[in-house]
Amino acid sequence: MGVIFWGGFNTAMEYTNTEEFCTGCHEMYDNVYVELQPTIHFTNRSGVRAKCSDCHVPHEWTPKMARKMLASKEVWGKIFGTINTREKFLAKRRELAEHEWARLKANDSLECRNCHDFEYMDFTWQSKRAAQQHSTALASGEKTCIDCHKGIAHELPDMAGVPGWD
Amino acid sequence: MQRVDNSDVKRARAYPMQPPIIPHKIDGYQVDTNANQCMACHSRRQTADSQAPMVSVTHYLDREGNFLADLSPRRYFCEQCHVVQVDAKPLLNNEFVDIDELLRAARDAGE
Repeated sequence: MGVIFWGGFNTAMEYTNTEEFCTGCHEMYDNVYVELQPTIHFTNRSGVRAKCSDCHVPHEWTPKMARKMLASKEVWGKIFGTINTREKFLAKRRELAEHEWARLKANDSLECRNCHDFEYMDFTWQSKRAAQQHSTALASGEKTCIDCHKGIAHELPDMAGVPGWD
Repeated sequence: MQRVDNSDVKRARAYPMQPPIIPHKIDGYQVDTNANQCMACHSRRQTADSQAPMVSVTHYLDREGNFLADLSPRRYFCEQCHVVQVDAKPLLNNEFVDIDELLRAARDAGE
């Protein structure tokens, strides 16, 4: 009985983390998924890639559960169509982006670090400016990944007023 | 596919007003009405942080030659003039003669 519940629970957790689940909504497919496709996190030389949950859902248990509960907001959005047209999406893009930037800023770009482990970064393999930036601002903790790497996966919103961008 | 020069090494200009080439990769850099990713490093305010060469003052001029407070719209799309480099064999011989060579030749001939 417990096994069935636990198995079912975990199956649901895993399923709601798949790319096909997230892109099942046209709001996601036609907007952010299409924007993701030409980027390095989607397709690249090695084929190592990120799916939606790799960046947007924490790996650790408690933050993951918290995020899954917050996902009810997305269900609401789907039901009430908060971004169900291109125009509505574009109007909300900046706000949605800011939510994600704030989340990553608050957890020190935890999701980035799930794959890009700073302790194992070899600066000798990086380009000059990458090595320069990573070994100073990132190493000291003054900056976190999302501070510079905004727009790495989806297109940037209107950046007027964003520090470092205007 | 050719690898773009990502060395960050500045190159000599072929002629005085040549837009400097881009010595790094620019894959996926967004330059549209929402954001200009080049300016995230090359703007006046960001050069201290990024150590990237600032856009020259010519980029602040409008068509009449007046100075604007910020980047001129006619210079907004960097890639219209600035390009990356690949290590490719030229298809034809390059017979371009630099003005410096001409001046030097004239000076030597004049002596």
